[in-house]
Amino acid sequence: MSKFTTQHEDFKNLQRRLLYLRLGLLLGLLFLSVRLWYLQVVKGDYYRALSEQNRIRTVDLKPARGLIFDRHGELLANNVPSFNLYLTVEDIRDREGLAAALEDLLGLPRAETKKRLALQARSYVPILVKAGLTLREAALIEGHRLDLPGLRIQAESQRNYPQGSLGGHLLGYVGEVSPEQQDEPAFAGLAQGSMVGKAGVEKTYDRMIRGTAGEKTIEVDARGNERKTVGVVEQTPGDDLYLSLDMRMQQMAESLLGEEAGAVVALDTTNGDVLVLASRPTFDPNTLSRGLTSAVWEQIVTDPRHPLTNRALQGQYPPGSTFKIVVASAALESDKWSSDTKVRCTGAFQSGNHTFRDWKKGGHGVMDMDQAIVNSCDVYFYNIGHRLGIDAIAETARWFGLGQPTGIDLPSERVGIVPSTEWKQRVRKEPWYAGETISVAIGQGYVTVTPLQMAVATAAVANGGILYKPRLVRAVRERATSRLREIPPQDRGTVPLQDRTFTLLHEALHGVVTRGTGGRARSKIVEIAGKTGTAQTVGARPVQTGTSHEAVPKQFRDHAWFVAYAPADAPRIAVAVIVENIGHGGTFAAPIAKALIEEYLKVSDTDDRHQNTGQF
Amino acid sequence: MIDTRTPDNFEWRFVLVAVGILAVGVISIYSVAPGPGPGGQAPLYAKQLAWILIGTLAFLAAIAIDYHKLARHAYVLYAVMLIILALVLVMGKSSRGAQRWFSLGPIAFQPSEVAKLVLVLVLAKYFADAQRYGWVQRVIVPGLLTLPGILLILKQPDLGTAMSFTFIFVSMVLVSGLHAKALGMGVLFTSMLFPFAWELVWTSLHDYQRERILTFWDPMIDPAGKGYHALQARIAIGAGGLLGKGLDEATQSRLKFLPEGHTDFVFAVFAEQWGFIGVLVLFLLFATLIFLASEIAFKARDPLGLLLAAGVLSTLGFCLMVNVGMTMGIFPIVGIPLPLMSYGGTTTVTSMAALGLLLNVKRRRLTLFY
Repeated sequence: MSKFTTQHEDFKNLQRRLLYLRLGLLLGLLFLSVRLWYLQVVKGDYYRALSEQNRIRTVDLKPARGLIFDRHGELLANNVPSFNLYLTVEDIRDREGLAAALEDLLGLPRAETKKRLALQARSYVPILVKAGLTLREAALIEGHRLDLPGLRIQAESQRNYPQGSLGGHLLGYVGEVSPEQQDEPAFAGLAQGSMVGKAGVEKTYDRMIRGTAGEKTIEVDARGNERKTVGVVEQTPGDDLYLSLDMRMQQMAESLLGEEAGAVVALDTTNGDVLVLASRPTFDPNTLSRGLTSAVWEQIVTDPRHPLTNRALQGQYPPGSTFKIVVASAALESDKWSSDTKVRCTGAFQSGNHTFRDWKKGGHGVMDMDQAIVNSCDVYFYNIGHRLGIDAIAETARWFGLGQPTGIDLPSERVGIVPSTEWKQRVRKEPWYAGETISVAIGQGYVTVTPLQMAVATAAVANGGILYKPRLVRAVRERATSRLREIPPQDRGTVPLQDRTFTLLHEALHGVVTRGTGGRARSKIVEIAGKTGTAQTVGARPVQTGTSHEAVPKQFRDHAWFVAYAPADAPRIAVAVIVENIGHGGTFAAPIAKALIEEYLKVSDTDDRHQNTGQF
Repeated sequence: MIDTRTPDNFEWRFVLVAVGILAVGVISIYSVAPGPGPGGQAPLYAKQLAWILIGTLAFLAAIAIDYHKLARHAYVLYAVMLIILALVLVMGKSSRGAQRWFSLGPIAFQPSEVAKLVLVLVLAKYFADAQRYGWVQRVIVPGLLTLPGILLILKQPDLGTAMSFTFIFVSMVLVSGLHAKALGMGVLFTSMLFPFAWELVWTSLHDYQRERILTFWDPMIDPAGKGYHALQARIAIGAGGLLGKGLDEATQSRLKFLPEGHTDFVFAVFAEQWGFIGVLVLFLLFATLIFLASEIAFKARDPLGLLLAAGVLSTLGFCLMVNVGMTMGIFPIVGIPLPLMSYGGTTTVTSMAALGLLLNVKRRRLTLFY
């Protein structure tokens, strides 16, 4: 009985304790409810915002870049679809297998893939594995898609230059906007990964042709797969550019330069239109626009021939005898010299204790201004320099636009040097020595110019003094309105020479071709006027008079210049040609100018294409 | 003895509440995975319905066999259970660094879930057999009884179930009676042991378990990695707000930002869809179940029945608290399913069998001693 009582009491104890268990569990639920209240009601808005952040992604809709055409409507730059392979590291299951598969399917080195994966570990931002897959490669990847999670092929628009390397310098290339650029006002508001022009007209006109990016708001699931579109702001394509360039002539100029380094510029003398702007060696803008490896980029920028330099506006050369046009003008405009002033050329000119030689051993005999230009008599111009002094020459050179930017619509133009007493004091902190004027008088010494400056100056001589700003883009087609907006020709004023000075220059320059040093530019179909130039390269070159130019090592040979315009009586085209380290201008540069002039005038005479603005 | 009486009002209420919770579970599973299961299998909600059907059989069976008869074989059952737990370490299927499952054709069976009920049975039997005096009989002996199970489960490793085991043991000891002095001793002893035990436990944990505990304190340590589950669950619950976002708009679960939405995090799915009000209704169902279960225990005819019902109650209650707590970020993520709601064969069938055991105790309270 006592045992029963004990047990009974014990049972009561059990029941009592049981109530604590029940109470504990119900209190637990109450506690959970309080926490729930905090999460759902107090912090509800906060967590709802976080969940929206989870599900909503904004995808940039990249705009199509504007197209670029030449003056005849030839396509120079467009956009082509490109299959780009992206990889999301987070979704990869088997790194080894993936690296092996990429090697098998696409030939990507296994070690490099693994290195990239290691660098990107724990990221859910897709990385570009390979751009521009071939259809075959894309099909192979799609076929293995289930075995290779994390890989995704995206069709994107790729900048394309159908003409390859032709005109590569002036077109430029595109690339992703760099972090430094994003801070600049010109690139404000561009998303990371946006394509912008990096050189050439792609850069100058970037804001017009880049277009406006759109934005698509999508709902994604946890793996980033798009489920539905929530909203779209359409992108606007960029404006199209119509260049004044004549691609046929550009091609001709580039092939005439061939493997030689050099530049060719051809301008329309009536409005400054750039018909040709060739620079060699060149590069293929397609390669540069498709994302280079740093090794390839390194190779390009360290190439001793500097293929990225646009020699037409960045190459600064001594003008050589082409500068005699400037010096002659300076003389004719001064009261110290006239067209009739005669000089006996004996082949040498003595200044102080230094002897300046004429290019022709033994000299030219008695020369007047016309003869001196036609025969490119150095001694005659040494005398002018001696008489005028450097500052008179410098002033005239500046009239022709030398030493200043031409204002062409291309980036990074160089200006060359127009030396003067002021210049030397400022830059070299030294006084000008009279003897230095003698070299400048024949385009040597401190004076340097770009081929584009020489072309603009030659055009000004041809058209009676109008200094045009070179115009590479003639018109812009606005995509938004489909309206074609012409960019009017612009001049920078006139070269203030007297008419008789122009008349003399015209006759003399014509004479250079018909009876002087530019005989190789003589054409059967058109009268060409021009001036040869042979610019001595800087550096201590061993003096070997009488040796043929082939015997001189290549890097010590002279730069060959030829500037020209045609037709001589009613000019329409001006050309400047420079071929580096090759020899005499009359021999090597003049034929190139002649060929281009003939091509231009032959075609424009037959079908008058250059007038035909109805093309666009 | 098979009992064939028609259910009374109490039993109907009990079953109704359980069916309510089960239904909520199926709807939540459906909302996360309405389509066919992995590898073209049947949809998960359909499979869960099948498990509930099997669970119903287990439920009926657990009512049918007199718990006194079950208790008579408790030690044997427990021994068999320990052998099975040892076997799963050798022969079991390994998944995500843990060896917890037996592969039976297409289904995976997790013995540690069943082991919880067997532990309840054996501890109830032990404490009910005779008056246990002193803390050797009341703590040490049952502790030694429980320890092999805990160790085997820790070895898998399954931190959550090992904690369930510990909690079952502690609550059985407390319900069966522990003098305040002994309780104080126990607490003191445990807290003295804690630094050593912590060292031992911490170093024996797998890296992922340690990271889970660390990221529990601060999910932002690694929001995209180890803290991802905790953070996404919290976002899902919070985004539900007062009234919930409804089945279609519950983006956290529908778009799978919330992982394991059909299993361990089914509560977060429900909370996102139905909001604070919805969860209160769910909590009311669970509270009713707790209330009814404790009523059964209270009115049990003998200590065995009481202890058995109390053990079942604390098992289910513990799983409920820990699971909901971990989705809300007040408990580390230890992989304990929500009873009657999470998808899973073993957990569903075991939980329903546990309910059956409760009704078993309730039905036997009026039968005569024999």
